[in-house]
Amino acid sequence: MKLTVNGDEREVDAADHESLLTVLRERLGLPGSKNACEQGECGSCSVLLDGALVCSCLVLGAAAADREVRTVESLADGDRLHPVQRAFVDMGAVQCGFCTPGLVVSTYALLKENPEPSEQEVREALSGNICRCTGYGKILEAVQRASAGMYGR
Amino acid sequence: MSVAPVRSRIRGVVGESVERPDAVAKVKGEFQYGSDLNREGMLFGATLRSPHPHARILGIDVSGARRMSGVRAVITSAELPTRELFGLMKLDQPVLATGRVRYAGEPVAIVAADTAEEARVAARAIAVRYDVLPPITDAVAALQPGAASLHSKGNVIEDVLVAHGDPDARADVVVEGEYELAMQDQAALGPEAGLAIPRRDGGVELHVATQWLHEDLRQIAPCLGLPESKVRLVLAGVGGAFGAREDVTLQIHACLLALATKRPVRMTYGREESFYGHVHRHPAKLWYAHGATKTGELVFVRATIVLDGGAYASSSPAVVANAACFGAGPYRVPSARIHAVGAYTNNPPTGAMRGFGAVQSCFAYEAQMDKLAAKLEMDPVVLREKNALRNGDRIVTSQPVEGSAPVAEIVRRCADLPLPEMEIPRDPIGLPGGAGNLTFGEGVRRGTGLAAGMKNVCYSHGFDDFSTARVRLMRDERGPLARVHTAAAEVGQGIVAVCVQIARTELGVQRVEIDPPDTTIGSAGSSSASRQTWMTGGAVLAACREVKAELLSRARRTGRSLDDLPALLEEPIDKTVTHRHPDTEPRDVNTQNQGHVAFLFAAHRAVVDVDVDTGLVKVVQVATAQDVGKAINPLAVVGQIEGGIAQGLGLAVMEEVQLAEGKVRNASFTDYLLPTTLDMPTVVVDLIEHPHPDAPYGAKGVGEPPTISSTPAIVAAIRAATGRELNRVPVRPDDIVFGAPYRSGWRIRPGDDPRGAVRA
Repeated sequence: MKLTVNGDEREVDAADHESLLTVLRERLGLPGSKNACEQGECGSCSVLLDGALVCSCLVLGAAAADREVRTVESLADGDRLHPVQRAFVDMGAVQCGFCTPGLVVSTYALLKENPEPSEQEVREALSGNICRCTGYGKILEAVQRASAGMYGR
Repeated sequence: MSVAPVRSRIRGVVGESVERPDAVAKVKGEFQYGSDLNREGMLFGATLRSPHPHARILGIDVSGARRMSGVRAVITSAELPTRELFGLMKLDQPVLATGRVRYAGEPVAIVAADTAEEARVAARAIAVRYDVLPPITDAVAALQPGAASLHSKGNVIEDVLVAHGDPDARADVVVEGEYELAMQDQAALGPEAGLAIPRRDGGVELHVATQWLHEDLRQIAPCLGLPESKVRLVLAGVGGAFGAREDVTLQIHACLLALATKRPVRMTYGREESFYGHVHRHPAKLWYAHGATKTGELVFVRATIVLDGGAYASSSPAVVANAACFGAGPYRVPSARIHAVGAYTNNPPTGAMRGFGAVQSCFAYEAQMDKLAAKLEMDPVVLREKNALRNGDRIVTSQPVEGSAPVAEIVRRCADLPLPEMEIPRDPIGLPGGAGNLTFGEGVRRGTGLAAGMKNVCYSHGFDDFSTARVRLMRDERGPLARVHTAAAEVGQGIVAVCVQIARTELGVQRVEIDPPDTTIGSAGSSSASRQTWMTGGAVLAACREVKAELLSRARRTGRSLDDLPALLEEPIDKTVTHRHPDTEPRDVNTQNQGHVAFLFAAHRAVVDVDVDTGLVKVVQVATAQDVGKAINPLAVVGQIEGGIAQGLGLAVMEEVQLAEGKVRNASFTDYLLPTTLDMPTVVVDLIEHPHPDAPYGAKGVGEPPTISSTPAIVAAIRAATGRELNRVPVRPDDIVFGAPYRSGWRIRPGDDPRGAVRA
């Protein structure tokens, strides 16, 4: 099948039952999306499918045919981090980092839609992303910082 | 000659909040975790596990599996190169079940195949005939005379008595209670994963996400029938640990498959298998009696503690010792008798999890302190202040607390932290049940509770605790550069940043790089017991000071200024130092000894809203005061504290590995509930910095105290809101709505040997 991943058209040979997460990680060499629960509970595998935030573990690879996928690997411009990534680094929102790619993508999706979310809106939007290390405090601060960074405030 | 002017230009030194050296790779998705590893020609491993908690193995037929497409190796107990057992503290666990399975989930066979799917399918095709035996799933029952023996030496893994003072002490006021903690999962997001690569010399190289490379090596090599020199371990990226990676899981299996197939083999557990694959926090049953004078001075504490060690010992001996040593908490207790026993059962094995034994007893003794305060009609904060350990006071093992023991200060400062707005919110989103829209607040009650706790830092009881660091100071085209090599496992806690900060501070060099941890350098010990800052931080500090001494000597010899680093570093300086903390004493009969090197203290205050109609809890705020000695990287310290509190909150109100006849019923993140952004409240942190004289820069360690007293503080707040007894965690909605307290079904006089328990 063909799909567009991070702006590049890719052709991939994947089994019918493989999830988009497996296709990304094992077939396309993009392990940034993580495999923590593979059940749609933890958000570590979050990607954008035609711009919509999905758990890539719950999407069949085949369902992404002829569609556009964006993963965490697409956000930075070379060495220049995206403001969401910069904010996660600066605010101490990263510990073991296994949840981080998913949270970065979810935060990006949130701030694209809602540039200045309230704290409650951030909590709602990120409630599908489990972090076991931070207790979320630094992540919530990072989202506010990212909002300022993305929209130049 | 002074180094001060050099140092002043350096950014990111000790005491400053710094960016983690691995943060950029992590936010970009480029950091390589164990499950991301790849090699040309790599095979995939899979494990067949026992469905029964207790059974004899009558036969294993692998012929079907061997014939399946893509299968390269199938290994059962019969094909193992040795009969060696493994285990962290007792060698009691077979690499693959041999004749008998002792828990549901025990590995029976392993397979390597061309794809992960083929390996899994082949593992399922192995036919095992079992003679199913009745499982022992109650740890107290396992200890009784006549219980079937699960191991050759019986079912007692460890038996620790802490006894001092007057065994017959009488008190004006006595409170008793029994308590239970369920099994908690570490739930590190990164699954167990490793890649084993066979070497030309017949050895193997294992890249693995672990907490302690050298201890893994010590256990792996004999089971492979190889000398340690033929097994090299390299740390793969670790996606959280919290104790679950102290034990060997897939390490030996991956190496066996690589050696059998002469191909690289990757093994990665899925989430369900992760629940079976690693040890959990010990479930505990505790019986307590506290006695005090009319004015609230503690007279005695008596306790019996039974920890369920599951099928294999893992680190149970040390967990049992901790539960006993800290069984009275951070208080002065003139007479104590605390009897803690760890038992083998047919439940999944338990071992290390953040807080390591101190969590279990803290839940009980803090509930007891509140009961005592209620009976004395005394403010529970005042009761704790009154009995708080001070510098020089002895804990129940007779060891004086030296260095820093600001317990009363911690309790008071925690109690005085600002409270949240006292009005219960009107918007259902902020109420218990949240978006479930279950209440408009009519049944919602608010409560506040406080708890304090203590634990050791570093290893205890005579264990030779050390860490080795190599520091090289050199120059390249960009100027001076320090490289730090240790075997310390970065598991998320931030030891890499600490090492960089120490090197910058000591050497006055901005550029510091961390070499990948592996077993080519001496052990760093595990990333556990809140010890890496003290131990590996201490080793880096010592190595840096040797490097600096050499630098000064070169400067003196050549008459150059220390600012002229490039000239002084024509030849690199290379120093390796092994750092030890002061000796501790082994345990004796009554555990009256200097068993620990130092102590950590914290207090937590929780504010909760409870819907008494649905039994749902919303934690509104947790405030904490913690003595960290010295915050090396304050941002990371707060991150550790907030994260530890989240795990304490989980144990208080939602996290439980549910067992039915020894089988895990909820081995997934759908059914094992973890705190999310909607569950975690605002955390208010008061960092207290009383430097410990023996620790590097006075930094005592941070990781565990947040997980110790946060749970009892939250439960105390729920009790205050509801009036329920709530003597078991996690607190379930039924416990709140119907209020039936937990009963163990056993009668034990607190302090007595649990082997004399009588069915109630």
